Amino acid sequence: MFDPNTASALRVDQQDGKYALDARNVTVTYNTDKGPLDTIRNVTLQLVPGEIYGLVGESGSGKTTLARAIVRYLPANGHLSSGTVKLGGTDLLALTRKEMRSVWGSKITMVHQDPGASINPAMLIGDQIAEVARVHLGMSKQQAQARAIEMLSKVRMPDPESVAKRYAHQLSGGMLQRVLIATAIATNPQLIIMDEPTTALDVTTEAVILDLVRDLLKEFDTSVLYITHNLGVVARICNRVGVLYTGEIMEEGTIEQVFKSKLHPYTRGLLGSVPRIEASKKDISLCAIPGFIPRPDQLPAGCVFAPRCELVEPACEEKRPPLVEIDSNHQTACRRWEVLQHDADAASGVCPARVTEDRELGDLVLEARNIKKYFPVSGGLSSFWKRDRTVVKAVDDISVRMRRSFTMGIVGESGCGKTTLARCIAGLEEATSGEIELEGEILPYSVAKRSRETLKKIQMVFQNPDASLNPQHPAGVSVARPLILLRNLSGKEVRNRVRELFEAVNLPENYIDRLPHELSGGEKQRVAIARANAADPTLMICDEPISSLDVSVQAALMNLLVDLQESKGTSYLFISHDLAAVRHLSDWIAVIYLGRLCEIGSAEDVFVPPYHPYTEALLSAIPIPDPDIKQDAIRLRGSVPSAMNIPSGCRFHTRCPRKIGEICEQQEPPWRDVEKDHRYCCHIPVDELRSLQHGFLQKKIAGSGGDE
Amino acid sequence: MVLTNSSKKQNEPKISRLSAKLKRLRRYPTTLIGFSIVILFLLVAVLGPWIAPYKYTDQNLAMRLQPPSESHIFGTDQFGRDIFSRVLVGSRDVLVVAGSGTSLAIFFGMLVGLFSAYRGGLFDEIVMRIMDVILSIPPLLLAMVILFSLGPSRLNVIIVVGFLYIPMVARVVRSVVLELKTRQFVEAARLRGESSLYILFNEILPNVLPHLAVEASMRFSYSIFLVASLGFLGLGVQPPSPDWGLMVGDARTWFHQARWVLFFPAGAIALLVVGVGFMSDGLRRMLLPGGVSDV
Repeated sequence: MFDPNTASALRVDQQDGKYALDARNVTVTYNTDKGPLDTIRNVTLQLVPGEIYGLVGESGSGKTTLARAIVRYLPANGHLSSGTVKLGGTDLLALTRKEMRSVWGSKITMVHQDPGASINPAMLIGDQIAEVARVHLGMSKQQAQARAIEMLSKVRMPDPESVAKRYAHQLSGGMLQRVLIATAIATNPQLIIMDEPTTALDVTTEAVILDLVRDLLKEFDTSVLYITHNLGVVARICNRVGVLYTGEIMEEGTIEQVFKSKLHPYTRGLLGSVPRIEASKKDISLCAIPGFIPRPDQLPAGCVFAPRCELVEPACEEKRPPLVEIDSNHQTACRRWEVLQHDADAASGVCPARVTEDRELGDLVLEARNIKKYFPVSGGLSSFWKRDRTVVKAVDDISVRMRRSFTMGIVGESGCGKTTLARCIAGLEEATSGEIELEGEILPYSVAKRSRETLKKIQMVFQNPDASLNPQHPAGVSVARPLILLRNLSGKEVRNRVRELFEAVNLPENYIDRLPHELSGGEKQRVAIARANAADPTLMICDEPISSLDVSVQAALMNLLVDLQESKGTSYLFISHDLAAVRHLSDWIAVIYLGRLCEIGSAEDVFVPPYHPYTEALLSAIPIPDPDIKQDAIRLRGSVPSAMNIPSGCRFHTRCPRKIGEICEQQEPPWRDVEKDHRYCCHIPVDELRSLQHGFLQKKIAGSGGDE
Repeated sequence: MVLTNSSKKQNEPKISRLSAKLKRLRRYPTTLIGFSIVILFLLVAVLGPWIAPYKYTDQNLAMRLQPPSESHIFGTDQFGRDIFSRVLVGSRDVLVVAGSGTSLAIFFGMLVGLFSAYRGGLFDEIVMRIMDVILSIPPLLLAMVILFSLGPSRLNVIIVVGFLYIPMVARVVRSVVLELKTRQFVEAARLRGESSLYILFNEILPNVLPHLAVEASMRFSYSIFLVASLGFLGLGVQPPSPDWGLMVGDARTWFHQARWVLFFPAGAIALLVVGVGFMSDGLRRMLLPGGVSDV
C-alpha cells in the first residue's frame, strides 16, 4: 500500500520548479454560438514527481477537459485563456505547435479509457511501442524493438516476445491496456495522463492493472494524473485527490484527509452515494445528491454546488467561495467546512435505512431448474453443409429459486453468462434445456409462445439507457404500451396510470411528452423502470440497470428500486458486475463463473468467509472507497477462458489461487453446505477454507451501525 | 430528487430547432447549392410549359441549328426547335420518371430489407442472395434486356428503374434493421407481447426513415442518370418528347457543327445530378450526424 505521508513529505520540500507538473490558475474557454464559455475556472494542479494524483467528479465536471488543456490538446474552439502550465520547469504555453509535438508522446503520455480504440489494429503490438521509442528516443529499429519487449515485460506481460508479434484483436482488454501502459512509459515521461484506464475492464482485471500502475511508479520517476469517476480506485492507488465539480476544484488533499474528514458537501455526497460492500439496504440507504450538475452556461452566481447542497445558506449564494487551506495540503471550497468538521452527520454521509424490518421469506415465485443455453458457433447458410458441432456454453446448468418481494443478485465477470441466464428466463433467448417455472406454471422457452398472463409477470430493465427507449417515441408512449397491451385499459385509464407511474419514479408530469434525447441517462432509466412496472410484474429482471450512470444517479436509482419493491412486493433479479451494488440491493446472491454457479447464499453469508475462491478473488479485487479497509491481494491471472472450450474438472482451476492439485483438473467439485442458506462448489472442505480465509469485512459489518 | 432544472432547450418550439439546423447548413455551402439546384429544377418542372418561350414541338426549318442568340438563348436544334424550351419542359419528364422509379425502389426495397432482416435465418439468406444476383448484373445491361422485351415506354422505364434499385435500398435498410432489432427497446416490445408487425412498423421503421431519406436522395441521382442513359439509347421516352437523354442522343450527329445542341441538355443532366448529390450529402449530415451506424 502507498504511504500518504510520503506524498506530503515530498510536497513540503518542493520549491517552485520542482513540480513535475505545475499548472496554476488554469481557465479554459470555449467559443460557442452564444459567446465564450469558461468550462474550467481557475484550477491549480501541482504534481510532484512520483505521485499519483486522482481527479474525480461526475461526468460533465470537466475532468478530461482540464487534462487536455494542461497538455494543450483542446479542440479548435477551446483554448486556455489564462493561467500557466509548467512541465518540469518548461513553460508549455510558450512552446510552438511543433515543439509541443515532441513533448506529446515523450514527456507527456496518455492512457485512454478504450484500449481497443487507442491501438492501431493493422500494426503489430511490438512495432507500435517501438515506433514511439524510434521517434522520441531516436533509437534504431533493433534497439526500439528491444525496448518494446523490455517494456512489455515491465508491464508483466506473459511471454512478451510473442505478444510483440501479435495484433490488437488477438489480445484481451486487460492485455491491451497493459500494452498502452507499456507505450506510455516507454519514453520515461514526466507526466502520464490516465483517463479512466480501467473503467471498461472487469474488476479482476482492473485490480491487476491498478497494482501494475502502482508498482511501476516505484521504478519510474513519473507523475500520474489519474482521471476517474470511481472513488474506490482513487482510494486504492492515488496519493492525493482533487474533487472537481463543473470545472472548479471543490476539495483537494491526501487520500486520508479527503476520505476521512470530507470537508466539502460534494465529497460527502459522492461518498454517500457509493454502496458499501459491507452494508446492505437493511443497514443504510444511499444518499443521492439531489439535482443535476449545472450546464456551464447556467452556473449559479455563488458557490457552484449551492443549488444541490444541503448545508446551503444565503451567504453561499452571493459569491464564489475560494479554496481555503485547512491543513497542510488540504483545501476545500466550502465556506461552512467547520460545520462539516464538527458535525459528522451534517450533510449526512449516512442515511437511515429504508428497509427496516426483516421480511419473512415469501412463497416461491420463480424456479429455474438446470437451465442450459448453448449457442452454435457457425451460422447462416454455411451451417447446412458444415456439420460443425462446436457450441458456446454460455449458461451450463444453472438453477435458481426466487421468492416473493425478494432480490436475487447475480455477480460474475463479463462473459460468465449472467445476462444470458436472465434473457433465458425472460424468454428473449430460448434456453437449450431446463425448466422455468413461474408461480407453479412451466413456461415455454420463447417469449413469443408465452401467454399474456405470463408476459405481464416478467418484465425487464436493460443496461443501456440510450438503447432501451425508442428514440422516436415520447417517454409516455413507451410506458403506455404495456398498459394497453397487457392490462387492457381504456384511453383515459391509461393516461391516469401513466401519470401515476411517472410520479412513482419521481419524474414530473411534463416528461410524459418528451423524447428520449431530451432526457438524461438517469431519467431514461427511470422511464425504463416505469415501463417495466407498468404491467405490475411479479418478477423484474434488472440487467446492469445502473452500470453506465454516475454514482449519484446510481444511488438515486437504487433507492428508487428499493422503494418500489417495498411498496409493490416485486421480486428482482439484479445482475451487476458491481459487487457493492449487488450487496446493497440483494437478499440472496449467486456467484457465476463460466456459465455455472460456484456459490449461492444469503447476501450476509456469501461475502463472509468461508467462501468460494472465486468469490474471494472478486472481493479482494473490488476497489473500496475507504482507505481503512485493507484487502487481501488475491489476483486472478488472465481472463475468463472461452466458453467454447471449458476447462475439465473444476472450471475455475486454470485461474484458481487455491488450487489443491490434480483433483481440481479431473473431477467436478461437489457442493458443500456452509450453513443452511449458503453453499459453494469446491474441492476444499468448509473447515479448511474457513481456516485459510480471513475476510476483511467482518469487523466492518459488526461495527457498521454508527461508524461510517 | 429535484428534476426541474434540467436543460432549458427542451421546451423550445420545434421551429427554432429547425432554424438551428438550417443555420448549421450555412457552414456547408455545397449543401445549400445542392438544395437550391434541386428546388430550381422542381420549379422549372412545374412551371416549364408556361415559362418556356416556345412550344417544345414547334419546328422551324428555316431556323435550324442556330447558335444561342437573344431569341433562342440555348440555340436551336436540327428541326429548328428552341432548345431552351425543350430543356425546360424536359425537366418534368426526367423528374417524374426518375422520381417515380426511385419511389418504387424505396418502397419495395424497404419492405424487402425490413422483413428479411427481421425474419433473419434462412429466409434472409435466400432473399439477400436473390438481391445479390440482381446486383451482380450491370444495371444498364439489365435495363436494356428488360426494356427490349417490354417495349420502350415511360411506364416501363419507371418499372425498370424501380426494380434495379430495390437490392441497393434493401441492403441499406437491412443493415440498419439488423442493428436496430438488437436494441433493447425492441426487446422490451417483445417482452410485452407486441406483434411482429407492430414492432416492424412502429418501433423499427421510424428509426429507419432518416436512413431511407438519405438513401432515396442518392438513388434519385443515380436514377436521373439511368433514365437519361436509357433515353440516349432510345429505350426510354420516344420522340418528339423533350427527354434530355434523347436530346443528347440526337445531338450526336450534329454536335460537330452545332455544339450547343449537345451542351445544354447534357449540362442540365450534369447540373441536376450534381445538385442532387450535394443535397444528398447535406441530408446525410443533417439526418445522420453520427455517421451511418448512428440512428
